[in-house]
Amino acid sequence: MNRLENKFEELKKLGQKALVGYLTAGDPDIETSKKILVQACKAGLDVLELGVAFSDPVSDGPVIQKAAHRAIANGITLEKTLGILKYIRQEEIDIPVVIFSYYNPIIAYGIERFANDAKAAGADGVLVVDLPFEHSNELDDFLDDSIALIPLVAPTTGEIRMKKICEAAKGFIYMISRVGVTGGGKLDVKPIAEHVAMVRKFTDKPVSVGFGVSTADDVKALGSMVEGIVVGSAFVRIIEENGHSHAIATMVAAKVSELKEATK
Amino acid sequence: MKNREIDFSAMPDDLGLFAGFGGKYVGETLIEATNELDAARKKYMQDEDFLAELGDLLKNYVGRPTSLYYATGLTKLAGGAKIYLKREDLCHTGAHKINNTIGQGLLAKKMGKKSVIAETGAGQHGVATAITAALLDLECKVFMGVEDIKRQQPNVERMKLAGAEVVPVDSGTGTLKDAMNAAIRYWSGAVEHTFYIIGSVAGPHPYPVMVRDFQKVIGIETKKQILKAEGRLPDTIVACVGGGSNAMGIFYPFICDEVELIGVEAAGFGIETGKHAVTLGQGKIGVLHGSKSYVLQNQDGQIQEAHSVSAGLDYPGVGPEHSMLKETARAKYVSITDDQALEAFKMLCKTEGIIPALESSHAIAAGMEIASKMNKDQIMIINLSGRGDKDLSHVLQVLKSKE
Ligand SMILES: Cc1ncc(COP(=O)(O)O)c(C=O)c1O
Repeated sequence: MNRLENKFEELKKLGQKALVGYLTAGDPDIETSKKILVQACKAGLDVLELGVAFSDPVSDGPVIQKAAHRAIANGITLEKTLGILKYIRQEEIDIPVVIFSYYNPIIAYGIERFANDAKAAGADGVLVVDLPFEHSNELDDFLDDSIALIPLVAPTTGEIRMKKICEAAKGFIYMISRVGVTGGGKLDVKPIAEHVAMVRKFTDKPVSVGFGVSTADDVKALGSMVEGIVVGSAFVRIIEENGHSHAIATMVAAKVSELKEATK
Repeated sequence: MKNREIDFSAMPDDLGLFAGFGGKYVGETLIEATNELDAARKKYMQDEDFLAELGDLLKNYVGRPTSLYYATGLTKLAGGAKIYLKREDLCHTGAHKINNTIGQGLLAKKMGKKSVIAETGAGQHGVATAITAALLDLECKVFMGVEDIKRQQPNVERMKLAGAEVVPVDSGTGTLKDAMNAAIRYWSGAVEHTFYIIGSVAGPHPYPVMVRDFQKVIGIETKKQILKAEGRLPDTIVACVGGGSNAMGIFYPFICDEVELIGVEAAGFGIETGKHAVTLGQGKIGVLHGSKSYVLQNQDGQIQEAHSVSAGLDYPGVGPEHSMLKETARAKYVSITDDQALEAFKMLCKTEGIIPALESSHAIAAGMEIASKMNKDQIMIINLSGRGDKDLSHVLQVLKSKE
């Protein structure tokens, strides 16, 4: 069993849901990012989604777009992102980490080299937003069993496709809450419930819902339906708004604690 | 030539791959929409009523067939091959882009979509989409970079007159790549009721093959026309390559023939300056805007900014079928700088009385150079993809600043 499976098992026993936190590695700069990540993990993240900055993130809304551009401007690369992961593992962060990327930086790095180095750095999963199911073996063939290629399902995913994705899934299923890009908008719980029901028809893997989750109320509402709740833009926005503050890591950590409480 | 050994008709495969290039590398939210589109295009491209409607509009609205004009002035000036121009500049709206927008617009109608979106660089695809939307009674939004809005003002006005909303995009460099990012993001939120009319042979499958199929009318006509005029096929065909739709359109019907195919990329300020759009010549294989193809990028996989004086070529990606044609050596790709294109622009105005689009001026410049080294009994066809009225104020400004 890898860290991801262990974590969901452990939380199940505790009667809690997983708080899955997305942060762009290297945002606003590499040193600050390390501090933010360590503190956010210590404050109660159950799973970290470590974002690889990409110049043209077409699945992301403005908040995460800007985070990527800040990080790139301050020198982040995929190689340095893996370096950050190594660093936080040295800081005794033992929660599961999923590397969250667009495909192009991975191609440029070398797919096989990435698969090896991600494992060596301590990743437990990889999620590639623009590598859909039909092309996923390009990467999956190089990942060994200790790293799960996390699949996405969307409200637009039809049943036949959903079945195929769910049957092949490892780790957990990332369910996109609504039609659109990351960030913004209000969470509409009812269609999500129907969508979760469809996913459950095809798998008993843990389901995590993301896109547009920002408040403790959102987390509570989703917690009654699924095993994991993904929060991204709400954390990243704190960095956007307080980029130069010394207290930035503490501020992100405070938001993590607040949302973690809501998963209990 | 290797083209005898390769079965081009078997491409793309079911995953939308042309010998490994293409595919559908988009977020899960968009996948089913691309599947539906693929099913619809397969159905309607065999549907006689659809094809008749399309044919009628191409003839009576767009003004097809466009002429294949024997350019005596150019031929004399080059002093080599006989040069013909395929006059896509004579299409309604002034460029080949409308061949594709009419096709996709009709498809959108058949699929029951009420609104369309498009990205545009030079504004030619935006104008063609806006005008198609007006014709077919569809709602229309066009995403355009702020930089391009500045250099292609007349086209912005034309889109607005046709009732389209022009959405300015200020992220990145405010050019075509950013406009396409914005269009994809918007589409991700509106995919259930919006049809995305992509303007080139780029994007996720089935766009590259679908757009090529709507554009191949250029090559089909050209073949008939040259056989009538000369009784034989040309030796060489030259076309500019931004995303690559006018080039694929004229190349494709000749792909199994012994005809040299030459694509012309924009070398901007010069390859050595790093400010160019020579994607096939200088890029590396990657994924941008939904397909695997050559991409201008740095060593970390971040997309690089392209540069060209012509907004329509100012793009760091290229259609996947061109990447395949390059890899298989079926086509050859060369590049032309801003200065060379501007010279060709002026030259064509003077020599033939034709004002070419800046994009097409790249094909003219390369064509002239190559033709001059060919024999007098050889034939070259240059695809004149559009007219240059849209570029006038920009060209005058650039020329003035060089004085
Ligand atoms: C006249 C003209 N030619 C060429 C192009 C480049 O596109 P493509 O390579 O798809 O033909 C454009 C794009 O805007 C254009 O307006």
